[in-house]
Amino acid sequence: MSELDELYQEVILDHNKSPRNYRIMNDANRKAEGYNPLCGDHVTVYLHLKDGIIQDVSFQGSGCAISKASASMMTAELKGKTEAAAQELFESVHKMLTGEASANAATEKVGKLKILSGVCKFPARVKCASLAWHTVNAALHGDSQPASTE
Amino acid sequence: MKAVSHLAESRAQSGGFDVMRLREDFPILKQKVHGKPLVYLDNGATSQKPQSVIDALNHYYTAENSNIHRGVHHLSERATAAYEAAREKIRRYINARSDREIIYVRGTTEGINLVAQSYGRSFLKSGDEIIVSAMEHHSNIVPWQILCEQVGAKLRVIPINHDGEIVMEEYHRLLTDRTKFVSMTHVSNALGTIVPVKEMVASAHARGVPVLLDGAQAVPHLRVDVQDLDCDFYAFSGHKMFGPTGVGVLYGRAELLEKMPPYQGGGDMISLVTFEKTHYNVLPYKFEAGTPHIAGGIGLGAAIDYLLALDWNALAAHEHRLLSYATDLLTDIDGVRIIGTAKEKAGVLSFVLDHVHAHDVGTILDQEGVAVRAGHHCAMPVMQRFGVPATTRASFAFYNTTEEIDVLAQAIHRVRKVFG
Repeated sequence: MSELDELYQEVILDHNKSPRNYRIMNDANRKAEGYNPLCGDHVTVYLHLKDGIIQDVSFQGSGCAISKASASMMTAELKGKTEAAAQELFESVHKMLTGEASANAATEKVGKLKILSGVCKFPARVKCASLAWHTVNAALHGDSQPASTE
Repeated sequence: MKAVSHLAESRAQSGGFDVMRLREDFPILKQKVHGKPLVYLDNGATSQKPQSVIDALNHYYTAENSNIHRGVHHLSERATAAYEAAREKIRRYINARSDREIIYVRGTTEGINLVAQSYGRSFLKSGDEIIVSAMEHHSNIVPWQILCEQVGAKLRVIPINHDGEIVMEEYHRLLTDRTKFVSMTHVSNALGTIVPVKEMVASAHARGVPVLLDGAQAVPHLRVDVQDLDCDFYAFSGHKMFGPTGVGVLYGRAELLEKMPPYQGGGDMISLVTFEKTHYNVLPYKFEAGTPHIAGGIGLGAAIDYLLALDWNALAAHEHRLLSYATDLLTDIDGVRIIGTAKEKAGVLSFVLDHVHAHDVGTILDQEGVAVRAGHHCAMPVMQRFGVPATTRASFAFYNTTEEIDVLAQAIHRVRKVFG
């Protein structure tokens, strides 16, 4: 598979075309906005937390296929997870995207999200894939400042 | 052999502008990217450098490196002479009256900040208005916003129409007794629009309002004559006109520069320093604190020498042909919408592709060896005006060819294929 095919896999293109949990959540009790100042990508992540568990998660915004697919897959993975598990997943995904952890080492921890590992071959696109993750991290920490990839 | 016939045609039509020979002057263009010949269409971000500019930098550091304006030794005299000779080349190139009006800066951005802080803070006050347009680069918006916060002035924005042209009636409506400054781009970096700045300067001057022109995108494509434009300030960058990064020019009318306080304090900008009082140096040195980018200035002089050796009528014809060829070819691709369709345009083709974000376009084009800019082009208000988050921008220089535009079009077809 070429690097480009690895980046734009079927699953990613599908999430881009029909993103999951792409909606405003009216009863969200946590919310954060994220910007990538480099390209103007913008995402809002909504969380509904109860007893330390993510009951519901959704997002809205504008961005490239990579940022949209990453956000969509993220929401699918996070639903039902504890805050601590979500935090752990954020760190594992971040390591995989930046190439800090090998794809194989990351697989055990990130499961289906391994499909995003092709991004680390495209340094200019790492921030696209990590934007939603930085944003959910900010939401979990209750930050009032918009998250930034910088 | 479609490509060959295009080339033959372009030579015939542009009066013998031998682009293949000129490309030989730019060593970087010979390389391959991801196994494909580099197609460099990101000239709006920065242009490539001819060998003569690279040699000038090399020669300076190899044979002349020394600090200027202070050493009594041989090398310092040579460095000073070379640096000041470059200033004179710049003066002649833009037809300024005197080299006192040529201030070396880091680039267009610093030139605009200098005027906003030095002229603006001295002569603007609460209630005054500054006019910019809706197609400015952030570097011609933010310095004025900072100034507005400092002195309580207001920023007024001339709208643009759907082709990306200034709405002149609105400009004339915004020009009032409250207007104390106009700062306009000469050529839009995001849209390619050539703005009728001469006419706009005249309207501002009729009310006694000074005008700064952001020439960053104009100097690589147009011959600029500051006396003909009659502007008060003209800022541009070396690196977009085939010179080095980190050096640029602020032209300012001497009588205004004389009235303005220094922008930064330090060495070289003084004539006498005591703890009681400092006397500033004369123009242009008053605005040139600290050791400058000496090699950069000399390199910019070399870029001007290179540009002066070109046949500008043939160059303009060639660039015009590149733009119209690219516009036709891209318009024919399903789902492509061109952003910026002004009647007068220079070397920039911004577009969006249905259902595909500019970043994805940029990444796939890169895999085909095609370098473009994808994003908001430091002109977020322009993106907002056209209701798009980002565009893909192909920006041309005289060394580009119609064959390269064929490669661009084929690469866009590949994007369409990937995204089904």
